[in-house]
Amino acid sequence: MVSEVQKNNNAILRVERLSMKFGGLIAINDLNFEAKRGAITALIGPNGAGKTTVFNCITGFYKPTEGMLTMTRQNGEEYLLERMADFVITKKAKVARTFQNIRLFSGLTVLENLLVAQHNPLMLSSGYTILGLLGFPTYKKAAADAIEKARFWLEKINLVDRADDPAGDLPYGAQRRLEIARAMCTEPELLCLDEPAAGLNARESAELNKLLLDIRDETGTSILLIEHDMSVVMEISDHVVVLEYGTKISDGTPDSVKNDPKVIAAYLGVEDEEIVEMLEQAEAAGVDDLTAAVDLMSSEAIHELEETHPDAAAVSLVTTGPARPAKPAAAKKQSVAKLARTTASTATGTSEAKPAAKKTPVKAAPAKAEPAKPVATRPAAPKKAAPAAAAPAAAKKPAPKAPAKAAASASQIKAGATANALAAPRGGKADRLIDIKGIGPVNERKLNEHGIFHFDQIASWKKADVIAAEAYLAFDGRIAREDWIGQAKAMAKASQKKPAPKKSGGAE
Amino acid sequence: MAENKALLSIENVETYYGNIRALSGVTVHADAGEIVTLIGANGAGKSTLMMTIFGMPRARSGRIMFDGKDITQLPTHEIARLRIAQSPEGRRIFPRMTVQENLQMGASLDKLEYFDEDVRKVFDLFPRLKERINQRGGTLSGGEQQMLAIGRALMARPRLLLLDEPSLGLAPLIIKHIFEAIKELNKTTGLTVFLVEQNAFGALKLADRGYVMVNGIVTMSGASKDLLANPEVRAAYLEGGRH
Amino acid sequence: MADVQTSNPESNFAKAVKEGLVAAALALGLFLLIVGFRTDQNIRNELVLNQRWGLLAIFVLVAGIGRFLLTAYVTPWNAARALSKRTVAAKEAKEQSAFRKSFPKIGLALLFVYPFLVIGTLALYNGSMMGGLQGSLKYVDNFGIQILIYVMLAWGLNIVIGLAGLLDLGYVAFYAVGAYSYALLSSHFGLSFWLLLPMAGIFAALWGIVLGFPVLRLRGDYLAIVTLAFGEIIRLVLINWTVVTKGTFGISGIAKATLFGIPFTPGPGGFANLLGLPNSGVYYKIFLYYLILLLALLTAWVTIRLRRMPIGRAWEALREDEIACRSLGINTTTTKLTAFATGAMFGGFAGSFFAARQGFVSPESFVFLESAIILAIVVLGGMGSLVGIAIAAAVMIGGTELLRELEFLKHIFGNDFTPELYRMLLFGLAMIVVMVWKPRGFVGNREPSAFLHKRKLVSSEFTKEGHG
Repeated sequence: MVSEVQKNNNAILRVERLSMKFGGLIAINDLNFEAKRGAITALIGPNGAGKTTVFNCITGFYKPTEGMLTMTRQNGEEYLLERMADFVITKKAKVARTFQNIRLFSGLTVLENLLVAQHNPLMLSSGYTILGLLGFPTYKKAAADAIEKARFWLEKINLVDRADDPAGDLPYGAQRRLEIARAMCTEPELLCLDEPAAGLNARESAELNKLLLDIRDETGTSILLIEHDMSVVMEISDHVVVLEYGTKISDGTPDSVKNDPKVIAAYLGVEDEEIVEMLEQAEAAGVDDLTAAVDLMSSEAIHELEETHPDAAAVSLVTTGPARPAKPAAAKKQSVAKLARTTASTATGTSEAKPAAKKTPVKAAPAKAEPAKPVATRPAAPKKAAPAAAAPAAAKKPAPKAPAKAAASASQIKAGATANALAAPRGGKADRLIDIKGIGPVNERKLNEHGIFHFDQIASWKKADVIAAEAYLAFDGRIAREDWIGQAKAMAKASQKKPAPKKSGGAE
Repeated sequence: MAENKALLSIENVETYYGNIRALSGVTVHADAGEIVTLIGANGAGKSTLMMTIFGMPRARSGRIMFDGKDITQLPTHEIARLRIAQSPEGRRIFPRMTVQENLQMGASLDKLEYFDEDVRKVFDLFPRLKERINQRGGTLSGGEQQMLAIGRALMARPRLLLLDEPSLGLAPLIIKHIFEAIKELNKTTGLTVFLVEQNAFGALKLADRGYVMVNGIVTMSGASKDLLANPEVRAAYLEGGRH
Repeated sequence: MADVQTSNPESNFAKAVKEGLVAAALALGLFLLIVGFRTDQNIRNELVLNQRWGLLAIFVLVAGIGRFLLTAYVTPWNAARALSKRTVAAKEAKEQSAFRKSFPKIGLALLFVYPFLVIGTLALYNGSMMGGLQGSLKYVDNFGIQILIYVMLAWGLNIVIGLAGLLDLGYVAFYAVGAYSYALLSSHFGLSFWLLLPMAGIFAALWGIVLGFPVLRLRGDYLAIVTLAFGEIIRLVLINWTVVTKGTFGISGIAKATLFGIPFTPGPGGFANLLGLPNSGVYYKIFLYYLILLLALLTAWVTIRLRRMPIGRAWEALREDEIACRSLGINTTTTKLTAFATGAMFGGFAGSFFAARQGFVSPESFVFLESAIILAIVVLGGMGSLVGIAIAAAVMIGGTELLRELEFLKHIFGNDFTPELYRMLLFGLAMIVVMVWKPRGFVGNREPSAFLHKRKLVSSEFTKEGHG
């Protein structure tokens, strides 16, 4: 794992194998992620996914059942947060936090709130109260400096005028800002914000965005935030980690996460207005784009619909967690399926696909669908919805041998499989494809369904195979980006070396 | 003003916190079967209006009528008995009671005859709560507590549902569910909803009519569509970051 | 509101009559057995039942008429006043704050001249200097010193409850520790008051930490119960450890305090002798008065200074929200312990003063009631407010002392009436009245410890009482 070690150098916080159990309830299960130094990392996910629990573990309010939390300070000092008391974490490891339900000292004034946050340095300069009580000048100066620092932050959050009012008297949005300023007064290197935009309107959250970017750029403080407001998450974060049922389901840049079908299904849902916006954009960019985008989405949905009754389609949708009945989502997937059928049957008639797409709420990724690619070359849809259409569509593929082989292979191997598909794993036992970074349990299942069971199979993929595989995995360009083939080669080698029961290179 | 068909009508209400005036001359009404939303900046007095309907704090002047009855001076519990339910700001669930018990508290006006049916409806809306049925309210995550607060309000089989920022702290998908569920309840049972939201866009799309509140005064009102199209409203509440 | 009053005074009157009748009926039910009947023993030791219908009638009438008057007149009058008050609120607030600003100074000046004021007045009244001196004993001792002891104790407890928000029901234990420290060390080792005063404070502070450790995790009701138990344990130890403490007999003959070595004894070398004054016990009392005044002022000064120190702010922050405190890197353990220790220290000072003043200590003086009274003073005064607490102590302690003086009541209720017996009843009534009238105490507003533009009082709506 050379690559991970390299990454660690600029990680301010490393969360490794973190688990937290409350009695029988598993709040976090084997979670791994990192927050990069000088970056804004967002932690998103459905309610009850364990986001706040992660925060409470990081800031020492909970002791994790298992796992390691490593905080690396600017000066190179490393702290294992799971072993430290909460207040020591703030004091020594320089991690500050805010709370979901604002916890200001409502009876103290705004200024006093910021002074309390500077308790530790002031304690020192007051000689643990004794020198201060006797009126030593060191404390007087330190106290004046503390007030100046408070004023600095008050100016930043635009509350100088209300400095002498009780914090509980501030409007909600101002309280949120004050809580951030108070945390900043502890001079943290990592600032953990729990839903800072909750209850803010569009304008206020835009102001918050500015404040957070300002904090990151001017003080160099790294930020870890939990947020449901996508306008905040997508606009300012450099990195997004998505949790569901205590496990990570996605991790990457805002754009990649936003378009991750898992995330959409589990968390984002489909926003009508976004679709309209997307359609407008698509129209502007060219129609091919749109269909490609729709296609990209629908393949996922249809895949699921094949397996389950349409009404319950959403139940086992993508995620591995317990079932979540989500009726509206189910309806949506149905319509997505319908749409996909339409697109497939009129693969060339893009003018017909457009009105259909407009009516149907589909979230797609115009940015990711490369316009250069011919639309009908990756029709995941045809493989079940309109098998008849599959042949002409496949004919246009740049990799004509793929469908040919697929047709020849056993019936359980689905259309669109890659060249080296197998009917069954060799020796009856498949490799753990999820060991390849980027392949999750869902993708593994899909690969298996398409006859891919072993590392060496992936290792021997050609360009055409990659395109074919991407068609049913619905992740454009990811195979190349994450270097699956390279990874697979390494793994295949490793498994060959081991005296494993697996035989290699047999059936081919 | 269509006074005879208004289920809730608030006329010229003024509310004070100590000597500070929080609401001045607020006149708002909600007809039966309507979804009405109140939008405005933080601290504008939206939540105060919600609480004033319930008599906490009491309006110093003005009149609040519900179904033709003056409830301005009625004790809070008697207001609740008229089947006005609220999901208040800050959730205010019973932290030491389980999810089930919290829902039972919501249904305490009835003799539990509809309890099973209503609980099922709430669980349909928030499957998450079903998973947590025996957990204490205080151990739920913030978003789950919000679901519980809304669920508890629905358990009262209200005629008028007051929702104070139901979307606060909820995942986008859940917000959609809630808004859809409100719409559906409104359509199928004719439930009247009075909604305070920070998420002005979502609220105006859901509601039939809207009011805009600034510093304790209602400055604008009208059909949601018109408000959505109004450039002033757009600039103040709908578009962020472009000013 | 106004039109309610003018348009339907009839209905209001009817409502008042109805509520008055209800109140009277309730009072009848409540007092019928308690007041209406009385059991006595006759000469043959038999129980006889006496009826007291007259007294019962008085109770019922008071309740009924009181309720009637309240509903018919007081409530509308209050509402009208609130209405008019709103319009002039801004002006009033300013005047009030000007008065409030100078109030502590005026009060302080009065406290310093109080003994001489009393002596002067009484001297004029009695027509002789000596008469003034002897007559002043009661006022300086019973009122001045007694009240100031409670002021100091309440100010000490205020640090624990008012600032840090830790509900301590066993505060009297530290008072006892201070008193016994002085009593034992001075009688066994002959150490002087001025040496033992700080030592008593330190001992009490140590005991504060000892108590603090086990209760750190407790909050609210649980903390209150454990501190209450702690107070009782200390008292029981004092009673039962007879070898050292002489149990219930107490320790007597404790050395008096001296003025820098000058004893207040009659005869050569004594204070009166040195200054050529006529012999009188009053000098010692006046000296003690100034001593406790200075000690109390020390408490106030330290409290005021501490509030502007990081530790004082941390105490108040702890009262507001402990979790937020920890998230800001504040060690709440040491913060709580310092609060306990500082509060206990002032209790210890007061205790050693108490021992020097009485010359006798016994566990009798350190019962739970004392803790309760000190707590009541803090709550009535307004938690955190020094001025409010001083007023509350004057009202509560001075008031109960005054009740001893109300001999004229005997003329009304007959010679069997002993006003002292009703002291506690009146004490309780007064507390209820104050709490209804001012739920957050006499001075509920909080003065901020720092300001950027202008010092504005923080309304009691926002401050929290803490959860232990």
